[in-house]
Formats: sequence, structure tokens, C-alpha cells
Amino acid sequence: MEKLTYEFQGGTFSRPKNEAKLVGVVGSGNLEVLIEPADLQGRCVVEVLTAARGFGAIWQAVIADFFARYPLADARVSINDVGATPAVVSLRLDQAAEDFLGDAQ
Amino acid sequence: MRDWSQQQRNRQARLDRAAAHTSGKVVAAQDIGALLEAVIEPGDRVCLEGNNQKQADFLAKALAALDPARAHDLHMVQSVLALPEHIDVFERGVASKLDFSFSGPQAGRLAKLVSANRIAVGAIHTYLELFGRYFIDLTPRVSLVCAQAADRDGNLFTGPNTEDTPVIVEATAFKSGIVIAQVNEIVDKLPRVDIPGGWVDFVVQSPKPHYIEPLFTRDPAQISEIQVLMAMMAIKGIYAPYEVQSLNHGIGFDTAAIELILPTYADSLGLKGKICGNWALNPHPALIPAIEAGFVESVHSFGSELGMEAYIRARPDVFFTGPDGSMRSNRAMCQAAGHYACDMFIGSTLQVDLYGNSSTATLGRIAGFGGAPNMGSDARGRRHASTAWLKAGREAREGRMAKGRIMPRGQKLVVQMVETFREHMAPAFVEKLDAWELAETANMDLPPVMIYGEDVTHILTEEGIANLLLCRNDEEREQAIRGVAGYTPVGLARDKRLVENLRDRGVIQRPEDLGVDKRLATRDLLAARSMKDLVRASGGLYDPPKRFRNW
Repeated sequence: MEKLTYEFQGGTFSRPKNEAKLVGVVGSGNLEVLIEPADLQGRCVVEVLTAARGFGAIWQAVIADFFARYPLADARVSINDVGATPAVVSLRLDQAAEDFLGDAQ
Repeated sequence: MRDWSQQQRNRQARLDRAAAHTSGKVVAAQDIGALLEAVIEPGDRVCLEGNNQKQADFLAKALAALDPARAHDLHMVQSVLALPEHIDVFERGVASKLDFSFSGPQAGRLAKLVSANRIAVGAIHTYLELFGRYFIDLTPRVSLVCAQAADRDGNLFTGPNTEDTPVIVEATAFKSGIVIAQVNEIVDKLPRVDIPGGWVDFVVQSPKPHYIEPLFTRDPAQISEIQVLMAMMAIKGIYAPYEVQSLNHGIGFDTAAIELILPTYADSLGLKGKICGNWALNPHPALIPAIEAGFVESVHSFGSELGMEAYIRARPDVFFTGPDGSMRSNRAMCQAAGHYACDMFIGSTLQVDLYGNSSTATLGRIAGFGGAPNMGSDARGRRHASTAWLKAGREAREGRMAKGRIMPRGQKLVVQMVETFREHMAPAFVEKLDAWELAETANMDLPPVMIYGEDVTHILTEEGIANLLLCRNDEEREQAIRGVAGYTPVGLARDKRLVENLRDRGVIQRPEDLGVDKRLATRDLLAARSMKDLVRASGGLYDPPKRFRNW
């Protein structure tokens, strides 16, 4: 397993309510995404636990693009990856963020 | 004086030699080897019927078992190399030359024999191209075909899987060749005559019914959420704006996903009656929910699909059926229809390069093309107009010349649908297709490209749709492709500013630009989520092959 952490500042979307969102199921080629509100002085922290080593550069790009689409503030994003493709990661992240923000967006 | 009837006389000599082994047109199964030895001459061009579905498997076995001292140097012309015997004939020295179209299951063995100089490949064709050559410069001397049933006069009933039989028999019978048909049964009265007995020389009842591969069955349970997302993008981004009414779908889960969200997503967008009315398509089980929902007006097929017989019989308004109720397919007719009468082809691929050339060639395998290049190319001879065809043509021409100086014409929509990464993180977008290296190692004249970039109008990935019709130069085209290539090396090397500019112009459209709600991209959107759902949607008429029965 490899653990990767990314931090972003300057996000504007946040959700005050204390509720986490879990999207997706663990399975081959799949992953879990959890987004929860957290007091992070406005930062968004993304933690990736992945079964596939050596894809750091792609994760960096995938997460950065996600933050560009959904600039979250005071949010902790946890990803548990079992070899999902970037397509699956992006879709799950977007679905989780849409759910997380709900009508607050 | 020149003898103008040598072929006819040669035919008669073959028939005379055969007479000892036959009773009228009927040949006993155990005499098939003797018959083939009697009618086949060294160096003959022999057409062996075999497609990716129906196989003249008994005759293939008999041919491969011939004594190479008597039958040798045959030139095989055939649609598909699917069975081991199709390669055995070369390994055993019965045949030495090959012209074909597709070799999916035998692609690896074929590549090995080609590199060992055991097979001389004339060319790899599309189906329609190969059929065309049967009437020009590849006319068979002997054809070995396959039918459901025959009567004693040689009339053939091909049933739902007529496929290639008419075109092969016509080319052979009317040029003084010999036609031998294997059939599952010999009966007194056929349900209908698909091939007239006058065109058939011999019929042999095979000990076992011929093999048929259920090639077009896709279990909805295996469709992924990314495929649902891409299907939503296809419908909202291409089917709806172009009002695509006549079309062909390639084989695979990507297009099965589209078929399965017609009754849900497309219906919710108010598209019923506006898109997907007329199809050149095999009877895909995945199309059942859309047919039942009233989306589909007509389906003409290349071949049939196992398990769909009763359903087709019960829907003669949709499918082409005979007076006996069973379907009539015809690969040559349907290929022509798909090429000339369809507004769109959409299908999956394995590799796309920076010019949009699309290829399924991989190293160590000579797989060929099948029908995709005919479906997936602009029909330059088309002259009838439709909304989709005119809009595509307009987009390709707008702004290129001063108004009034451009000759208006339409263009076919050719959509390549591909996830940016395939299995094992193999990128679908590449700087150079594997086809180049394959051409070198297999000594081909050209890299085997399935669909040339100049024919591809749209590339659809999970990241977006690139509309290549709107690109005005090679640089734009390359950036449009990079702009939907995701996190592949080709995608990561994009010029971000140019890509954003293309997005502003609508050349690239992201799901959010199309108004596709990603939260709906789940398997819940599929009108059938399992094989059992398909059976249920058919009112119990669809009878899936055993291997797909997982309940």
C-alpha cells in the first residue's frame, strides 16, 4: 500500500453540517471515497491509500483537477483505492462532492 | 480458336469425378473427404464459410484432414478465421495463401505462421471489400458453405443466420465453380428457400449441428458506471443534437450501455421518436428494453444471435423475417446498408493516435477488421440527405471558404468511444499506434488501421467529447484529442490554454458542459441490470445461451 497526501488552499465550497459522505464500494478496480467537514483553517486535505504503487504523478493530476472543479474548504477527503482507473476516481470524487455539497453548492 | 468455356468444362470434369461418391446432390458424411478430393484441384481458390457467428465447421475439419499430396497450395478466401481448423489447413500444407477479413480467435496463431512464412497473406479486407473481390479477382473455384437445412434438390434454408451464404454461393455458382453445403438436416420440405437448389451442387448432413457463437450478447451485470457516464454523454452530446435516426452500434459493453439507457435517460430527455429509430445491427439482447419501450422502428441484421429466435419471431414489425417467421439476415446487404444508409457508427477501439487514427491491432496478433471500416467511414457516394448527415457536413465545412463558394454536402458521424485507460492501466491514447510495428514484423503493405482519422468525427472518453469536425488544422485536432485523453501521457502533455480555448468553442465538451448530471451515472440508470432483467423485458421470449444463465 502507498499513502499519498495532497493539500489545497483557497477553496470556497464548504459544508457546515457535520455529516460524512461515503460513495462507492471496495472491489477490484474500484474504490471508496469519504468526504467529511473538518476544521482545517480553510484547507482541503486529500489522503489517498492505494494498492497500486508508482502512480503518484497521475494521482497528483487527478486530485488537482478535482479541486479545480470543486474547490472545497474545510474538508477532508479520504480515498481507499483498490486499483481503480483515473476515470473511476474522478467520477466517484465528483459524485461524492455533489452529494457532500448538496444544496449548499 | 480459343476455347471460351474452359471453366465450364473443368467444372464438368470435377462433377464427373465426384459422381462416384454421391447420390444425386446428397453426400453421406463419411464420404465428404472423398468428395473434396474429387472436386478440389491443387492451387484452387477455396472459400470456406465461417464468420464470427456461423461456422461450416464440419467442412472445415474435412478440408484440414485432406492429404496434402493431393490437395495442396490452396488459396483460402474467407471472412473469418475462427476455428483451429482454419489455421490447420495451412499448418498441414493443404493451403498456402490467404485473403481474409477477420481472425479474432486465431489472431495469435496466424501471426506466428505468417512470420514463419507458412502463410502468404494477400490482404486483410473489410467484409464488403472481400465480398466485392469474390466477383472481381478472388472468385472461388470451390465454396464450402453452411445452412440450417436442405432438401434433396439442394435448396437451402439458412434460417436466422443467413449471414455470408448468399454472396459466397452467388459468386461461385455463376462462375462455373462448385458449391458444397453442410446442413444440420436434410428434409422433404423446407420452411423457406434462402438459396435456390440450382446454385448448389452437393449437400451433406453434418454429424453435429454447425457451431454458432453468441458473439453479440453482453451481460448487463458487467457494465460499469464509467460506461453509463459515457453512454449519457453520447446521448446528450451526439445522438440528441444531431438527431441520429439511422445507425450502427459496434460490439461491446460501451454501446450496450447506450442501448440500455435509451428507455431511461434518453426517454427522460424527450428523445423517443427523435433518435435511434432505424438500425443496421445484429439482434443485440441489450436492445430489447429499447424495442419494448417503443424507441426502435426497424432492425436489419448481419447475422442472428443465439437465444433471440422466439423474440424476433414475435416482433416481425421490427425485424426482417421470412414467411416462416424466422429472421433473415444477410451480411453483405447489411454492410451495404450500414455504409450507405446509416447516419452514424459508434464503436469502441483499443488505440487512438494524435490524428484520430483508431486501431485494434496489437503486437503478435493479426486480427483484421471485419465490418468496422465499412461502418466507420464516410460514404463518399452517399447522396440522400438527413438532419444528422447535413449537420455533420456543415460543421466540417463552416468557415473554410467564403459563403456561397462551398459545395454543400453531408458527412457520416463516426464516433470512437474509449476509456482513456484500458485494463492494467494501458493508455488508449498513444503517440504511435502498435499497428506500425505490427506492419513491419508481419511484412504488411500498410499499418492495419481500423478507422482512419479523416473519417473519425468524434472521440468520446469519460473526460469529454472531442468534435473533430470543428477542428480547422492539425494542431487543433491534436489538442482536441489530447484534451479528452485524460491522464494518459498523451493527455497530460496537452497545451492547457489551447484546450480551454477549444472548450470555449465547443470543440471539446465536458460532461458538465453537456449538462450531464454525474450523480445519475450509476447502474441504476440501466433499463436491465442483469441477463434475467433482459429475459423479463422480453416477456420471457429471450432464451439466453447456457453460459449467460447465471440465476
